[in-house]
Amino acid sequence: MEATPKEQTKEQPKLIVSIGPHVRTDESTAKIMWTVNGALLPAALMSIYYFGLPAVMVLAVCIFTAMITEAAIQKMLKKEIAVADGSAFLTGLLIAMNCPANIPLHIPAIGTFVAIGITKQLFGGLGYNVFNPALIGRALILISFPKAMTTFTHPVANIMAFDAKTMATPLTVLKEDGVAKLLELYPNIYQNLLLGNRAGSLGETATIALLLGAAFLMIKRYITWHIPIPFILTVAAATWMFGGKEGLFTGDALFHVMAGGLVLGAFYMATDYVTGPSVRSAQIVFGIACGILTVLIRLKGGYPEGVMFAILIMNCFAPLLDRGMRSKVFGKAEAKGVKK
Amino acid sequence: MSTDSVNYGQIFKNGVFGENPVFRLALSLCPAVAVTSGVKNGTLMGVAVLFVMVMVNATVSLIRNFINPKVRIPSYMFIIATWVTVTDLVMAAYARDVYKQMGLYIMLIVAFAIVLSRAEVFAMKNKLIPSMVDGAAMGLGFLLALALIGVFREFLGKGALWGVQILSVKPLPIMILPAGGFFAMGLIMGFLNWIDRKYFGGTGASSGGH
Repeated sequence: MEATPKEQTKEQPKLIVSIGPHVRTDESTAKIMWTVNGALLPAALMSIYYFGLPAVMVLAVCIFTAMITEAAIQKMLKKEIAVADGSAFLTGLLIAMNCPANIPLHIPAIGTFVAIGITKQLFGGLGYNVFNPALIGRALILISFPKAMTTFTHPVANIMAFDAKTMATPLTVLKEDGVAKLLELYPNIYQNLLLGNRAGSLGETATIALLLGAAFLMIKRYITWHIPIPFILTVAAATWMFGGKEGLFTGDALFHVMAGGLVLGAFYMATDYVTGPSVRSAQIVFGIACGILTVLIRLKGGYPEGVMFAILIMNCFAPLLDRGMRSKVFGKAEAKGVKK
Repeated sequence: MSTDSVNYGQIFKNGVFGENPVFRLALSLCPAVAVTSGVKNGTLMGVAVLFVMVMVNATVSLIRNFINPKVRIPSYMFIIATWVTVTDLVMAAYARDVYKQMGLYIMLIVAFAIVLSRAEVFAMKNKLIPSMVDGAAMGLGFLLALALIGVFREFLGKGALWGVQILSVKPLPIMILPAGGFFAMGLIMGFLNWIDRKYFGGTGASSGGH
C-alpha cells in the first residue's frame, strides 16, 4: 500500500489485468474434425469387412478427391491451404459412407468434387456453407445417377469379393413389396440391421458401429443430444403411428430407426456445426422437423429413404430457427409501445 | 443522352456485354433457368424476346410524347402485352411443335423485367432508330445468354447439342433438371465476373432482379 509507483515496477506484478478470454482449451477445428473421422472409423471398418475391396476403393476415391479438390480450390482462390484440418477428409468419408459398394468410381468422385468445390469452397469455405457439403454431393449424384446409386449388393464378408449379388435395401423392399417379402428376404431383420449384415450404402449398414462412434462423440461433448435424439424419437413415434398397414399405431418403429441412413444422418450429418442451428431449443425443433420430413418422404414420397432431403431442407431453416429462438438477453428492458 | 450523334456500336456493346440482361443486370433470371434445358428452346425464346423488345421499344419511342408520365407504366404494359400477343399467335400459327413446348413461357414475356426496364430507361428518352437498336442489342444479349446456358446444360445433361446426340453418355444428368439450371446460371455468371474482374477491371454483376 505504501509502495511508490517506482518501487512497484521493480517487483513482479501482483495482478495481471488482461482482456478475455481467460480460460483457453486445446480444442481446435482440426482436433474436432479428426475426432469425428475417428468416430466413423468403426463403421468404415465394418463396411470393408462386409463389402470387401470395392468398399476400400470407394472410400479411397472419395477421400482423395475431397482433399485434392479442397487444396486445388484454396490455391486457386489464393486462400490458406487448410486440407490438414480434416474437414475435407470428413466430407469425403461421409460421401463414401453414403454410396453403395459396387458403384462405378467416377460417380462418387463427381459428387465429392461438387460437394467440396461448389457447396463448400465457392460459398466461402469452412464455416460459410449454407448446406451440408456431403449431403449436396450425395443428392446431386442420387438425382443424376439414380440407377447406380440404388443398386446395392448383398454383403459377402469376403475381402477379395468383386462380383456380388445385387439386392434391394430393406427400406426399398418394404416400400415396393411390403412386409411379407421383407421378412422372407431378411429373416433375422433386427439382428441383421444392428450388425450390418444387409444390403445398403457403406455407412448405413452397421448400426452398432455408428452408435459406438456417436456415443464416443457425445462423451467427448462434440455433439449433444439436442438434434439427433429428437430426430430419431420423432421418426420412431411417427412411423409407429402411421407406418403400419393395418391402421394407426401398428408401424414398426424399431425397423424404421435402424434401416436406412437415419443413424448416420442424425448423429453425423444433422449435427454439423456450420449448417445446423446453434441455439439449444432451435436444435430440438430442427431435430423434430427433420424427423417429420424423413417420415413423410419414406411413407408418402417417391424415394424409399428421406433422411438426406430432410436434413437439406432443414439446413435452409437453420438461420431462421436460430434467430427466432434466441434466448432473451438477461436484464434487457422490453421496449413497449414503440412502433417499428 | 444526346440524340444528335448516337454511337450504335456502343449501344450494341452495352446490350451484349456491359449490361447483358442476364449475366450483368441479373434481370429475367426466371426464364433463363426455366427454358434453357436445351439450346434450341433457349435460342427460340431469345428470338421471341428479341422481337418483342425491338417492337416495344419502337412503339414506346414513337408515342413517348403522348404518354402522360403518371400512367406510363400501365401504358408500357399495354404495349408489351400487345406485342407478346402478336408473337404468341404467330408462333401458334406457324410453329406448332415449338409452341406446344414453350407456349406458356411465350406468354410470360409480358412479365419480363428487362422489357419494361428498357422501355422506361431507354425508349422513353430516345428517338425511334436508337430505341430499336437498343431493343435489338438487349434482345441479342438475352438471346446469347440463354443460348450459352442452353449449350452448357444440354451438353452436360444429355450429351447433345440442338437435339443432336454428340456423346454416347450423359455426363451429368442433373443439369437438365431445374436444379441444374441454377447450378449452370451461377457457375457461368461467376465465371464471367471472374473474367471481367481479371481482364477488364470490372466490378462484377449487380444483385437482385427476378
